[in-house]
Amino acid sequence: MANKLIVSLSPHVHSGDSVQKNMYWVCIALIPALLCSFISFGVGAIITTAISVAACVFFEWAINKFMLKNPKCTVCDGSAILTGILLAFNMPSNIQPWIIIVGALFAIGVVKMTFGGLGCNLFNPALAGRAFLLISFPVDMTTWPNPGQGFGTYLDAETGATPLALAKQLFKTTGAQHEEALRQITSLEWSDMFFGNRGGCLGEVCAAALILGLIILLVKKVITWHIPVSIIATVAVLSSILYVSNPTAYASAPVELLSGGLFLGAIFMATDYVTSPMSPKGQLVYGVAIGVLTVIIRTYGAYPEGMSFAILIMNAFVPLINNKFKPKRFGEVPAKK
Amino acid sequence: MKTFRIGGVHPAENKLSANQPIKVAELPKVAVYPMGQHIGAPAKCIVAKGDKVKVGTMIAEAGGFVSAPIFSGVSGTVLKVDTVIDASGYAKPAVYITVEGDEWEPTIDRSEALVTLKDKPELTPEDIVNKIKAAGVVGMGGACFPTHVKLCPPPGAKPEWVIINAVECEPYLTADHRLMLEKADEILVGVDLLMKGGKVTKGFIGIEENKPDAIALLTEKCKANYPNIEVVPLKTKYPQGGEKQLIDAVVARQVPAPPAIPVNVGAIVQNVGTAYAVYEAVMKNKPLFERIVTVTGKSLKQPSNFLTRMGTPMSQLIDACGGLPEDTGKVIGGGPMMGKALVNIEVPICKGSSGVLIMNNKEARRGEPLPCIRCAKCVGACPMGLEPYLLATCSGKQMWEKVEAEEITSCIECGSCQFTCPSNRPMLDLIRMGKQTVMGIIRARQAAAAPKK
Repeated sequence: MANKLIVSLSPHVHSGDSVQKNMYWVCIALIPALLCSFISFGVGAIITTAISVAACVFFEWAINKFMLKNPKCTVCDGSAILTGILLAFNMPSNIQPWIIIVGALFAIGVVKMTFGGLGCNLFNPALAGRAFLLISFPVDMTTWPNPGQGFGTYLDAETGATPLALAKQLFKTTGAQHEEALRQITSLEWSDMFFGNRGGCLGEVCAAALILGLIILLVKKVITWHIPVSIIATVAVLSSILYVSNPTAYASAPVELLSGGLFLGAIFMATDYVTSPMSPKGQLVYGVAIGVLTVIIRTYGAYPEGMSFAILIMNAFVPLINNKFKPKRFGEVPAKK
Repeated sequence: MKTFRIGGVHPAENKLSANQPIKVAELPKVAVYPMGQHIGAPAKCIVAKGDKVKVGTMIAEAGGFVSAPIFSGVSGTVLKVDTVIDASGYAKPAVYITVEGDEWEPTIDRSEALVTLKDKPELTPEDIVNKIKAAGVVGMGGACFPTHVKLCPPPGAKPEWVIINAVECEPYLTADHRLMLEKADEILVGVDLLMKGGKVTKGFIGIEENKPDAIALLTEKCKANYPNIEVVPLKTKYPQGGEKQLIDAVVARQVPAPPAIPVNVGAIVQNVGTAYAVYEAVMKNKPLFERIVTVTGKSLKQPSNFLTRMGTPMSQLIDACGGLPEDTGKVIGGGPMMGKALVNIEVPICKGSSGVLIMNNKEARRGEPLPCIRCAKCVGACPMGLEPYLLATCSGKQMWEKVEAEEITSCIECGSCQFTCPSNRPMLDLIRMGKQTVMGIIRARQAAAAPKK
């Protein structure tokens, strides 16, 4: 026979799924939230995201080429682009460009590439980048622009308190300050918070757009429901319990759910493949633990927002969760009548 | 609609030959019969060079209880007893027969008339099992486990149902589908015989919903004549044709981890092709020497289904479909999910050859593996509830104790993990190596623990 046959082991067909497809679908699912952010905060949202993506891609490319001397293009898998978008989504839209670049260097250079690149990092690079910036530049990272100042708004944006900061005041202060916070928090419009008409990080403000992103991810089977649903449900239940126990000291469940980075974190950050558990049971445990930690940090901690720290803490527990919570083996499911 | 409860994937079906009626393949010039065509001990050759054989003459006897005799599918003279590279890729002892004419053993009933159990009420379960054993019938789905062994359960196990595997979940293959459409009555008699032989009163036929014509035909015939046999339509999902998955889908019971076998939960599973072979063996006195083979592939001129005498080289069937296309990259014995890539196309059709699949150069190549991104899609796809990413990584690092503790021996090698992996990781290659090593370790441990004689 003229041409030799290829011999390999089964299976001989493949689903056609790829790393790139998954990464790009997550990026697509983030576009609605980016558009909403543009509407709320103006062109600053787009500029910040663009700088962050460019910096992340550049650092991954440079480290891969000049430090690791790896001839393969690891930027092509799309994970650096995604990290860039998510890092930007976790910052105020009026932040200085050099701070973004420092964050990107930490996220890609320290958290991702030093551990071995894609698939090997222990912590979510974008979140670790945000945590690094929050600790290093607490003022810049927590002066949030007010929404609705026109599409040209960037570094010149007026800033104000976010609903979560009000919730913190509600719990930590007394007297006139407490009364003021209570008045403001009860006057918050549910629809404003749901559709992104509030202050906050650039990607987190529009819950409606983030939920649309969740639907895209679920339909395209990029993620399963376990992690986002368990986080959101846990926070809803716990904050409801706290609110019912003392409505003047705690924010209500809708405020807790819609006011911070909960949806962004639950849908896009906690579901990061590399840093989340492998079995459905493990994913539920991880989600519930993130929910509990978020409520604890938000209510009793020093920072108004606890989502990113909760996820980072649970990232560290993922190997343990994987060891402890195995998928249900065939033969363990009881007979059904 | 019913289906199995853990994991599963949906490969493109590509049933190109579903509408092609079964054609009778031409006789080969030389037929080749490897001695190991089934699970268990290889058969022992009982012919020598120069012997004359007829169609249906036994050329090798069973090599033990878990074994099966082999019959000639052609008439002629034994050319030599030598070795041949079969579909497994290994050289095996084999009988070569030069074909002369087409003379059948006179004991075989060659009439088309349907014989049912009502015509032969005197058949006892023992008669049926003995005839199946004597005719060399093995599982026709591809695993080739001797059929009579499944009908003789170990002490303590009580079969409750015969479940017929008519799922044909492998993409491309249509041999079982065509058989059901063209030999429905014979298949149902075969199921009846298997039920009587296994001493059970209830039979199920599991068919995936992508074969609605077969479901309709068999349901109608069961309603008319076989009230004890129920056709169960199943939601199309791979690997539903896996024995354990089929039992879970049809009767919602799960066979525990090895060493438990299906009959421990009350099920005897037989392929639909086996049911037909049982009919022919018991009612027509016809040993197993021919079968339906699907020859298919997107690049092939005319994908077809053939009634093929065993021993026929695959190249002859490919020629009958328009010849091997220029850009062929891979020829697979069986389906694309679990079939074996062949080293050459002169491999003979054996008892387990359900199909021949041609893939072009592009289809034949695997994608480049990327790092595992821990997306957990393999965990979601595994029909045995295992963690393929972990088994593959630990097998690669030769952590045998770890993979044994993670139940690597439960793996059915269906390939769902590797099929679904976005990073194109060669998971099943590594898991197979790990599984074989661990099974060797377990056997060695059992041998060491066994009382010394």
